[in-house]
Amino acid sequence: MCLGIPGKVIEIRDGGPLRMALVDFGGARKEACLAYVPEVQVGEYVIVHVGFAISRLDEEEALRTLEMLRTLDELMVQQELGAMPADADAGVAAP
Amino acid sequence: MKYVDEYRDSLVARKLVAEIHRITTRPWALMEVCGGQTHTLVKQGIDEALPAGVRMIHGPGCPVCVTPLEQIDKALAIAARPDVIFTSYGDMLRVPGSSTDLLSLKARGADVRIVYSPLDALKIAVANQDRQVVFFAIGFETTAPANAMAVSRAAALGLDNFAVLVSHVLVPPAMTAILESPTCQVQAFLAAGHVCAVMGWTEYEPIAERYHVPIVVTGFEPLDLLEGILMAIRQLEEGRAVVENQYARAVTRGGNLAAQETVLRVFEVGERTWRGIGTIPASGYHLRPEFAKFDAEARFDVGDIHTREHPACIAGEILQGTKTPLDCTAYGVLCNPQKPLGAPMVSAEGVCSAYHAAGRGLAAPTAFPLYDLAKVDR
Repeated sequence: MCLGIPGKVIEIRDGGPLRMALVDFGGARKEACLAYVPEVQVGEYVIVHVGFAISRLDEEEALRTLEMLRTLDELMVQQELGAMPADADAGVAAP
Repeated sequence: MKYVDEYRDSLVARKLVAEIHRITTRPWALMEVCGGQTHTLVKQGIDEALPAGVRMIHGPGCPVCVTPLEQIDKALAIAARPDVIFTSYGDMLRVPGSSTDLLSLKARGADVRIVYSPLDALKIAVANQDRQVVFFAIGFETTAPANAMAVSRAAALGLDNFAVLVSHVLVPPAMTAILESPTCQVQAFLAAGHVCAVMGWTEYEPIAERYHVPIVVTGFEPLDLLEGILMAIRQLEEGRAVVENQYARAVTRGGNLAAQETVLRVFEVGERTWRGIGTIPASGYHLRPEFAKFDAEARFDVGDIHTREHPACIAGEILQGTKTPLDCTAYGVLCNPQKPLGAPMVSAEGVCSAYHAAGRGLAAPTAFPLYDLAKVDR
Protein backbone atom coordinates (compact mmCIF):
# COMPACT_ATOMS: atom_id res chain seq x y z
CA MET A 1 0.00 0.00 0.00
CA CYS A 2 2.88 2.36 0.67
CA LEU A 3 4.03 1.63 -2.85
CA GLY A 4 5.27 4.81 -4.51
CA ILE A 5 6.29 4.87 -8.15
CA PRO A 6 8.67 7.39 -9.71
CA GLY A 7 7.31 9.07 -12.82
CA LYS A 8 8.10 12.04 -15.05
CA VAL A 9 5.71 14.99 -15.14
CA ILE A 10 4.66 15.40 -18.80
CA GLU A 11 1.98 18.04 -18.55
CA ILE A 12 0.59 20.20 -15.75
CA ARG A 13 -3.15 20.79 -15.66
CA ASP A 14 -4.00 23.90 -13.66
CA GLY A 15 -7.46 25.36 -13.70
CA GLY A 16 -9.31 22.82 -11.54
CA PRO A 17 -9.56 23.04 -7.76
CA LEU A 18 -6.43 20.86 -7.42
CA ARG A 19 -3.19 21.10 -9.36
CA MET A 20 -3.08 17.94 -11.48
CA ALA A 21 -0.48 16.49 -13.85
CA LEU A 22 -0.08 13.82 -16.45
CA VAL A 23 2.75 11.58 -15.26
CA ASP A 24 4.68 9.06 -17.36
CA PHE A 25 5.68 5.82 -15.64
CA GLY A 26 8.03 4.18 -18.14
CA GLY A 27 5.46 4.43 -20.92
CA ALA A 28 2.23 4.15 -18.94
CA ARG A 29 0.63 7.56 -18.37
CA LYS A 30 -1.68 8.43 -15.52
CA GLU A 31 -3.08 11.54 -13.88
CA ALA A 32 -1.69 12.50 -10.47
CA CYS A 33 -2.42 15.30 -8.05
CA LEU A 34 0.40 17.82 -7.46
CA ALA A 35 -1.25 19.61 -4.51
CA TYR A 36 1.53 18.46 -2.16
CA VAL A 37 4.44 19.29 -4.50
CA PRO A 38 3.37 22.68 -5.89
CA GLU A 39 6.94 23.58 -6.89
CA VAL A 40 7.25 20.71 -9.39
CA GLN A 41 7.71 21.64 -13.07
CA VAL A 42 7.21 19.74 -16.33
CA GLY A 43 10.15 17.36 -16.92
CA GLU A 44 10.81 16.72 -13.22
CA TYR A 45 10.28 13.37 -11.51
CA VAL A 46 7.84 12.77 -8.66
CA ILE A 47 6.98 9.78 -6.47
CA VAL A 48 3.30 8.96 -6.82
CA HIS A 49 1.21 7.10 -4.24
CA VAL A 50 -2.56 6.48 -4.67
CA GLY A 51 -2.83 9.26 -7.24
CA PHE A 52 -0.88 11.87 -5.27
CA ALA A 53 2.70 13.01 -5.77
CA ILE A 54 4.13 12.80 -2.24
CA SER A 55 7.68 13.84 -3.04
CA ARG A 56 9.76 15.47 -5.76
CA LEU A 57 12.51 13.06 -6.78
CA ASP A 58 15.86 14.75 -6.27
CA GLU A 59 17.75 13.72 -9.42
CA GLU A 60 21.10 14.96 -8.08
CA GLU A 61 20.73 12.81 -4.97
CA ALA A 62 19.58 9.85 -7.09
CA LEU A 63 22.68 10.06 -9.28
CA ARG A 64 24.96 10.64 -6.29
CA THR A 65 23.67 7.45 -4.58
CA LEU A 66 24.14 5.44 -7.78
CA GLU A 67 27.65 6.80 -8.35
CA MET A 68 28.50 5.99 -4.75
CA LEU A 69 27.20 2.44 -5.10
CA ARG A 70 28.98 1.91 -8.42
CA THR A 71 32.31 3.01 -6.93
CA LEU A 72 31.88 0.58 -4.05
CA ASP A 73 35.08 -1.26 -5.03
CA GLU A 74 37.17 1.88 -4.62
CA LEU A 75 35.33 2.65 -1.42
CA MET A 76 36.13 -0.80 -0.04
CA VAL A 77 39.82 -0.37 -0.95
CA GLN A 78 39.92 3.04 0.72
CA GLN A 79 38.34 1.62 3.86
CA GLU A 80 40.88 -1.17 3.91
CA LEU A 81 43.65 1.43 3.61
CA GLY A 82 42.01 3.56 6.30
CA ALA A 83 42.04 0.56 8.61
CA MET A 84 45.77 0.12 8.24
CA PRO A 85 47.99 1.37 11.09
CA ALA A 86 48.65 5.09 10.75
CA ASP A 87 52.44 4.74 10.93
CA ALA A 88 52.51 2.41 7.91
CA ASP A 89 51.14 5.31 5.89
CA ALA A 90 53.42 7.83 7.56
CA GLY A 91 56.44 5.65 6.77
CA VAL A 92 55.73 5.88 3.06
CA ALA A 93 55.01 9.57 3.12
CA ALA A 94 58.12 10.51 5.16
CA PRO A 95 60.89 12.00 3.06
CA MET B 1 11.76 2.48 -15.87
CA LYS B 2 13.99 5.38 -14.86
CA TYR B 3 14.92 5.56 -11.16
CA VAL B 4 13.76 1.97 -10.74
CA ASP B 5 15.92 -0.18 -13.04
CA GLU B 6 19.20 1.45 -11.94
CA TYR B 7 18.49 0.35 -8.39
CA ARG B 8 18.21 -3.29 -9.46
CA ASP B 9 21.72 -3.68 -10.92
CA SER B 10 22.80 -7.20 -9.98
CA LEU B 11 26.55 -6.47 -10.12
CA VAL B 12 26.22 -3.64 -7.62
CA ALA B 13 23.93 -5.83 -5.51
CA ARG B 14 26.65 -8.48 -5.29
CA LYS B 15 29.22 -5.86 -4.30
CA LEU B 16 26.90 -4.64 -1.55
CA VAL B 17 26.36 -8.18 -0.26
CA ALA B 18 30.13 -8.70 -0.24
CA GLU B 19 30.64 -5.45 1.67
CA ILE B 20 27.99 -6.44 4.24
CA HIS B 21 29.83 -9.76 4.72
CA ARG B 22 33.16 -7.93 5.05
CA ILE B 23 32.08 -5.56 7.84
CA THR B 24 29.93 -7.98 9.86
CA THR B 25 31.68 -9.49 12.87
CA ARG B 26 28.73 -10.81 14.90
CA PRO B 27 25.03 -11.70 14.69
CA TRP B 28 22.51 -8.88 14.39
CA ALA B 29 18.71 -8.68 14.11
CA LEU B 30 17.30 -5.93 11.90
CA MET B 31 13.65 -5.11 11.29
CA GLU B 32 12.38 -3.77 7.97
CA VAL B 33 9.26 -1.86 8.94
CA CYS B 34 7.39 -1.82 5.64
CA GLY B 35 5.71 -4.79 3.97
CA GLY B 36 6.76 -3.50 0.55
CA GLN B 37 10.37 -3.86 1.70
CA THR B 38 9.62 -7.38 2.99
CA HIS B 39 8.40 -8.40 -0.46
CA THR B 40 11.58 -7.18 -2.18
CA LEU B 41 13.81 -8.84 0.44
CA VAL B 42 12.06 -12.18 0.12
CA LYS B 43 11.49 -12.08 -3.66
CA GLN B 44 15.15 -11.34 -4.36
CA GLY B 45 16.46 -13.63 -1.64
CA ILE B 46 18.31 -10.73 0.00
CA ASP B 47 17.54 -11.95 3.53
CA GLU B 48 19.06 -15.33 2.69
CA ALA B 49 22.23 -13.79 1.20
CA LEU B 50 23.16 -12.02 4.44
CA PRO B 51 25.97 -13.30 6.69
CA ALA B 52 25.10 -16.20 8.99
CA GLY B 53 23.50 -14.80 12.12
CA VAL B 54 22.26 -11.59 10.49
CA ARG B 55 18.49 -11.86 10.58
CA MET B 56 15.75 -9.73 9.02
CA ILE B 57 12.67 -9.56 11.24
CA HIS B 58 9.62 -8.57 9.21
CA GLY B 59 7.77 -5.57 10.63
CA PRO B 60 4.08 -4.67 10.94
CA GLY B 61 4.10 -2.18 8.04
CA CYS B 62 1.23 -3.70 6.10
CA PRO B 63 -1.82 -1.45 6.52
CA VAL B 64 -4.21 -4.09 5.23
CA CYS B 65 -2.83 -6.61 7.75
CA VAL B 66 -3.13 -4.36 10.80
CA THR B 67 -6.60 -2.98 10.04
CA PRO B 68 -8.58 -4.42 12.96
CA LEU B 69 -11.12 -7.15 12.30
CA GLU B 70 -13.78 -4.94 13.89
CA GLN B 71 -13.25 -2.25 11.21
CA ILE B 72 -13.46 -4.90 8.46
CA ASP B 73 -16.70 -6.22 9.93
CA LYS B 74 -18.01 -2.63 10.05
CA ALA B 75 -16.99 -2.19 6.40
CA LEU B 76 -18.89 -5.38 5.54
CA ALA B 77 -21.99 -4.19 7.42
CA ILE B 78 -21.94 -0.82 5.63
CA ALA B 79 -21.18 -2.31 2.20
CA ALA B 80 -24.14 -4.70 2.55
CA ARG B 81 -26.59 -1.77 2.71
CA PRO B 82 -28.54 -1.29 -0.55
CA ASP B 83 -28.19 2.51 -0.43
CA VAL B 84 -24.39 2.36 -0.26
CA ILE B 85 -21.62 2.32 -2.86
CA PHE B 86 -18.61 1.05 -0.92
CA THR B 87 -15.22 2.08 -2.33
CA SER B 88 -11.86 0.68 -1.29
CA TYR B 89 -8.28 0.13 -2.35
CA GLY B 90 -8.14 -3.26 -4.08
CA ASP B 91 -6.01 -4.87 -1.38
CA MET B 92 -8.83 -4.79 1.18
CA LEU B 93 -11.37 -6.73 -0.86
CA ARG B 94 -10.19 -10.23 -0.03
CA VAL B 95 -9.21 -9.61 3.59
CA PRO B 96 -11.28 -12.02 5.65
CA GLY B 97 -13.70 -10.52 8.16
CA SER B 98 -15.35 -12.63 10.85
CA SER B 99 -17.73 -14.30 8.42
CA THR B 100 -17.08 -13.06 4.87
CA ASP B 101 -15.06 -10.56 2.82
CA LEU B 102 -15.88 -7.56 0.61
CA LEU B 103 -15.31 -9.48 -2.63
CA SER B 104 -17.79 -12.22 -1.65
CA LEU B 105 -20.25 -9.51 -0.68
CA LYS B 106 -19.78 -7.94 -4.12
CA ALA B 107 -20.39 -11.33 -5.76
CA ARG B 108 -23.68 -11.49 -3.84
CA GLY B 109 -24.77 -8.14 -5.29
CA ALA B 110 -23.38 -5.45 -3.00
CA ASP B 111 -22.08 -2.36 -4.81
CA VAL B 112 -18.40 -2.60 -3.88
CA ARG B 113 -15.96 -0.77 -6.15
CA ILE B 114 -12.16 -0.75 -6.26
CA VAL B 115 -10.61 2.69 -6.54
CA TYR B 116 -7.00 3.59 -7.29
CA SER B 117 -7.18 6.94 -5.50
CA PRO B 118 -9.56 8.45 -2.91
CA LEU B 119 -10.23 11.19 -5.48
CA ASP B 120 -11.90 8.48 -7.60
CA ALA B 121 -14.24 7.72 -4.69
CA LEU B 122 -15.05 11.42 -4.55
CA LYS B 123 -15.87 11.43 -8.29
CA ILE B 124 -18.25 8.50 -7.72
CA ALA B 125 -19.97 10.49 -4.95
CA VAL B 126 -20.36 13.54 -7.22
CA ALA B 127 -21.83 11.37 -9.99
CA ASN B 128 -24.21 9.45 -7.68
CA GLN B 129 -25.81 12.09 -5.44
CA ASP B 130 -28.80 9.81 -4.74
CA ARG B 131 -26.55 7.12 -3.21
CA GLN B 132 -24.27 7.11 -0.16
CA VAL B 133 -20.62 6.65 -1.12
CA VAL B 134 -18.31 5.34 1.58
CA PHE B 135 -14.54 5.15 1.21
CA PHE B 136 -12.47 2.76 3.36
CA ALA B 137 -9.70 5.16 4.46
CA ILE B 138 -6.96 2.85 5.62
CA GLY B 139 -3.21 3.24 5.57
CA PHE B 140 -0.08 4.60 7.18
CA GLU B 141 1.31 8.14 7.02
CA THR B 142 2.05 7.67 3.29
CA THR B 143 -1.65 7.37 2.44
CA ALA B 144 -3.02 9.89 4.96
CA PRO B 145 -2.42 12.98 2.74
CA ALA B 146 -4.49 11.48 -0.10
CA ASN B 147 -7.30 10.39 2.21
CA ALA B 148 -7.25 13.75 4.03
CA MET B 149 -7.51 15.60 0.71
CA ALA B 150 -10.59 13.57 -0.25
CA VAL B 151 -12.34 14.61 3.01
CA SER B 152 -11.18 18.19 2.64
CA ARG B 153 -12.53 18.36 -0.95
CA ALA B 154 -15.82 16.73 0.10
CA ALA B 155 -16.22 19.49 2.70
CA ALA B 156 -15.39 22.18 0.14
CA LEU B 157 -17.92 20.71 -2.30
CA GLY B 158 -20.54 20.38 0.46
CA LEU B 159 -21.08 16.70 -0.41
CA ASP B 160 -23.67 15.12 1.90
CA ASN B 161 -23.41 11.64 0.38
CA PHE B 162 -19.70 11.02 1.01
CA ALA B 163 -18.26 9.42 4.15
CA VAL B 164 -15.05 7.67 5.18
CA LEU B 165 -14.50 4.63 7.37
CA VAL B 166 -11.17 5.57 8.95
CA SER B 167 -8.54 3.08 10.05
CA HIS B 168 -5.31 5.07 9.94
CA VAL B 169 -2.18 3.95 11.76
CA LEU B 170 1.20 5.53 12.51
CA VAL B 171 4.66 3.96 12.38
CA PRO B 172 6.67 5.55 15.26
CA PRO B 173 4.26 4.41 18.05
CA ALA B 174 4.38 0.85 16.64
CA MET B 175 8.19 0.93 16.63
CA THR B 176 8.15 2.13 20.24
CA ALA B 177 5.69 -0.64 21.20
CA ILE B 178 8.00 -3.23 19.59
CA LEU B 179 11.03 -1.81 21.44
CA GLU B 180 9.14 -1.74 24.75
CA SER B 181 8.17 -5.42 24.45
CA PRO B 182 10.13 -7.65 26.86
CA THR B 183 10.64 -10.14 24.02
CA CYS B 184 12.01 -7.52 21.60
CA GLN B 185 14.94 -8.79 19.53
CA VAL B 186 15.21 -5.88 17.10
CA GLN B 187 18.60 -4.13 17.21
CA ALA B 188 18.16 -1.78 14.24
CA PHE B 189 15.36 -0.57 11.98
CA LEU B 190 15.05 0.08 8.28
CA ALA B 191 12.40 2.82 8.37
CA ALA B 192 9.81 2.94 5.59
CA GLY B 193 10.96 5.39 2.91
CA HIS B 194 7.59 6.62 1.74
CA VAL B 195 6.23 7.13 5.25
CA CYS B 196 9.27 9.36 5.77
CA ALA B 197 8.77 11.11 2.40
CA VAL B 198 5.60 12.50 4.00
CA MET B 199 6.62 12.82 7.66
CA GLY B 200 10.40 13.27 7.50
CA TRP B 201 12.47 11.61 10.21
CA THR B 202 12.47 13.99 13.18
CA GLU B 203 10.04 11.69 15.05
CA TYR B 204 12.62 8.88 14.82
CA GLU B 205 15.49 10.83 16.37
CA PRO B 206 14.27 10.54 19.99
CA ILE B 207 13.54 6.81 19.43
CA ALA B 208 17.09 6.16 18.16
CA GLU B 209 18.52 8.03 21.12
CA ARG B 210 16.26 6.66 23.87
CA TYR B 211 16.51 3.00 22.86
CA HIS B 212 20.02 3.27 21.40
CA VAL B 213 18.81 1.73 18.15
CA PRO B 214 20.10 2.65 14.67
CA ILE B 215 17.33 3.72 12.28
CA VAL B 216 18.03 3.98 8.55
CA VAL B 217 15.39 5.57 6.31
CA THR B 218 15.39 3.12 3.40
CA GLY B 219 13.92 2.88 -0.10
CA PHE B 220 12.25 -0.08 -1.77
CA GLU B 221 14.46 -1.32 -4.58
CA PRO B 222 17.00 -4.12 -4.01
CA LEU B 223 20.01 -1.75 -3.94
CA ASP B 224 18.18 0.57 -1.54
CA LEU B 225 17.55 -2.30 0.85
CA LEU B 226 21.09 -3.65 0.61
CA GLU B 227 22.55 -0.19 1.23
CA GLY B 228 20.11 0.35 4.12
CA ILE B 229 21.18 -2.96 5.66
CA LEU B 230 24.85 -2.04 5.16
CA MET B 231 24.36 1.36 6.83
CA ALA B 232 22.48 -0.20 9.77
CA ILE B 233 25.08 -2.93 10.33
CA ARG B 234 27.88 -0.37 10.06
CA GLN B 235 26.22 1.61 12.88
CA LEU B 236 25.75 -1.53 14.98
CA GLU B 237 29.36 -2.60 14.48
CA GLU B 238 30.61 0.87 15.43
CA GLY B 239 28.27 1.15 18.43
CA ARG B 240 26.44 4.16 16.98
CA ALA B 241 22.66 4.66 17.08
CA VAL B 242 21.44 7.57 14.99
CA VAL B 243 18.94 8.19 12.20
CA GLU B 244 20.53 8.02 8.75
CA ASN B 245 18.91 8.52 5.35
CA GLN B 246 19.59 6.00 2.60
CA TYR B 247 16.63 7.24 0.51
CA ALA B 248 17.93 10.77 -0.05
CA ARG B 249 16.43 11.01 -3.53
CA ALA B 250 12.91 11.06 -2.06
CA VAL B 251 13.16 11.96 1.63
CA THR B 252 14.19 15.10 3.49
CA ARG B 253 14.49 15.51 7.27
CA GLY B 254 11.36 17.67 7.52
CA GLY B 255 9.29 15.63 5.05
CA ASN B 256 6.45 17.07 2.97
CA LEU B 257 5.15 20.05 4.97
CA ALA B 258 2.18 20.75 2.66
CA ALA B 259 0.99 17.15 3.08
CA GLN B 260 1.49 17.24 6.87
CA GLU B 261 -0.52 20.46 7.09
CA THR B 262 -3.55 18.96 5.29
CA VAL B 263 -3.34 15.71 7.28
CA LEU B 264 -3.38 17.58 10.61
CA ARG B 265 -6.19 19.88 9.45
CA VAL B 266 -8.45 16.85 8.80
CA PHE B 267 -7.19 14.25 11.29
CA GLU B 268 -6.12 14.20 14.94
CA VAL B 269 -3.93 11.64 16.67
CA GLY B 270 -5.63 9.08 18.89
CA GLU B 271 -5.62 5.52 20.14
CA ARG B 272 -5.87 2.76 17.53
CA THR B 273 -6.22 -1.01 17.67
CA TRP B 274 -3.85 -2.97 15.43
CA ARG B 275 -5.05 -6.36 14.20
CA GLY B 276 -2.94 -9.06 15.82
CA ILE B 277 -1.03 -6.58 17.99
CA GLY B 278 -3.56 -4.83 20.20
CA THR B 279 -4.34 -1.28 21.23
CA ILE B 280 -1.51 1.26 21.08
CA PRO B 281 -2.03 4.76 22.49
CA ALA B 282 -1.65 7.70 20.07
CA SER B 283 -0.97 5.31 17.19
CA GLY B 284 -3.47 6.44 14.58
CA TYR B 285 -5.60 9.16 13.06
CA HIS B 286 -9.26 9.97 13.67
CA LEU B 287 -11.33 12.65 11.94
CA ARG B 288 -11.26 16.01 13.71
CA PRO B 289 -14.64 17.15 15.14
CA GLU B 290 -14.96 19.71 12.28
CA PHE B 291 -15.07 16.78 9.82
CA ALA B 292 -17.15 14.44 12.02
CA LYS B 293 -20.06 14.57 9.57
CA PHE B 294 -17.95 12.55 7.12
CA ASP B 295 -17.45 9.73 9.64
CA ALA B 296 -19.10 6.59 8.25
CA GLU B 297 -19.18 4.96 11.71
CA ALA B 298 -21.37 7.79 12.98
CA ARG B 299 -23.53 8.00 9.85
CA PHE B 300 -24.43 4.31 9.66
CA ASP B 301 -25.61 2.30 12.62
CA VAL B 302 -23.65 -0.91 12.21
CA GLY B 303 -24.98 -2.48 15.40
CA ASP B 304 -22.98 -4.71 17.70
CA ILE B 305 -19.94 -6.21 16.06
CA HIS B 306 -18.76 -9.55 17.43
CA THR B 307 -15.44 -10.46 15.87
CA ARG B 308 -13.98 -13.93 15.43
CA GLU B 309 -10.48 -14.67 14.12
CA HIS B 310 -9.71 -18.03 12.50
CA PRO B 311 -8.24 -20.21 15.28
CA ALA B 312 -5.41 -21.57 13.08
CA CYS B 313 -4.11 -18.13 12.03
CA ILE B 314 -1.00 -16.82 13.84
CA ALA B 315 -0.97 -13.48 11.97
CA GLY B 316 -0.56 -11.56 15.25
CA GLU B 317 2.73 -13.21 16.13
CA ILE B 318 3.93 -12.91 12.53
CA LEU B 319 3.10 -9.18 12.50
CA GLN B 320 5.03 -8.69 15.72
CA GLY B 321 8.02 -10.48 14.22
CA THR B 322 8.12 -13.24 16.84
CA LYS B 323 7.14 -15.93 14.31
CA THR B 324 7.49 -16.42 10.55
CA PRO B 325 4.98 -18.04 8.17
CA LEU B 326 7.12 -21.19 8.30
CA ASP B 327 6.11 -21.57 11.99
CA CYS B 328 2.41 -21.66 10.99
CA THR B 329 0.68 -25.03 10.61
CA ALA B 330 -1.92 -23.54 8.24
CA TYR B 331 0.60 -21.86 5.89
CA GLY B 332 0.42 -23.29 2.36
CA VAL B 333 -1.99 -26.00 3.51
CA LEU B 334 -5.20 -24.50 4.91
CA CYS B 335 -4.12 -20.97 4.00
CA ASN B 336 -2.96 -19.76 0.59
CA PRO B 337 -3.50 -16.64 -1.59
CA GLN B 338 -6.60 -18.22 -3.17
CA LYS B 339 -8.15 -19.00 0.22
CA PRO B 340 -6.50 -16.79 2.84
CA LEU B 341 -7.24 -17.25 6.55
CA GLY B 342 -5.52 -14.05 7.60
CA ALA B 343 -4.71 -10.65 6.12
CA PRO B 344 -0.93 -11.21 5.69
CA MET B 345 -1.71 -13.88 3.06
CA VAL B 346 -3.93 -11.44 1.12
CA SER B 347 -2.05 -8.20 0.93
CA ALA B 348 0.70 -7.47 -1.59
CA GLU B 349 2.65 -6.37 1.49
CA GLY B 350 1.81 -9.26 3.79
CA VAL B 351 4.66 -11.47 5.00
CA CYS B 352 2.76 -14.72 4.31
CA SER B 353 1.97 -13.69 0.73
CA ALA B 354 5.64 -12.69 0.21
CA TYR B 355 6.82 -16.10 1.42
CA HIS B 356 4.18 -17.89 -0.64
CA ALA B 357 4.98 -15.94 -3.83
CA ALA B 358 8.65 -16.85 -3.42
CA GLY B 359 7.79 -20.50 -2.80
CA ARG B 360 9.33 -20.52 0.68
CA GLY B 361 8.46 -23.68 2.60
CA LEU B 362 6.40 -25.01 -0.31
CA ALA B 363 7.03 -28.27 -2.16
CA ALA B 364 7.67 -26.51 -5.48
CA PRO B 365 8.96 -22.93 -5.78
CA THR B 366 6.49 -20.54 -7.40
CA ALA B 367 8.98 -17.79 -8.26
CA PHE B 368 12.68 -17.24 -8.72
CA PRO B 369 14.75 -14.29 -7.56
CA LEU B 370 16.07 -11.79 -10.09
CA TYR B 371 19.64 -12.61 -9.18
CA ASP B 372 21.35 -15.37 -7.34
CA LEU B 373 22.86 -13.46 -4.47
CA ALA B 374 24.17 -16.65 -2.91
CA LYS B 375 26.80 -16.80 -5.67
CA VAL B 376 28.71 -13.80 -4.39
CA ASP B 377 32.49 -13.73 -4.66
CA ARG B 378 33.60 -13.39 -1.08
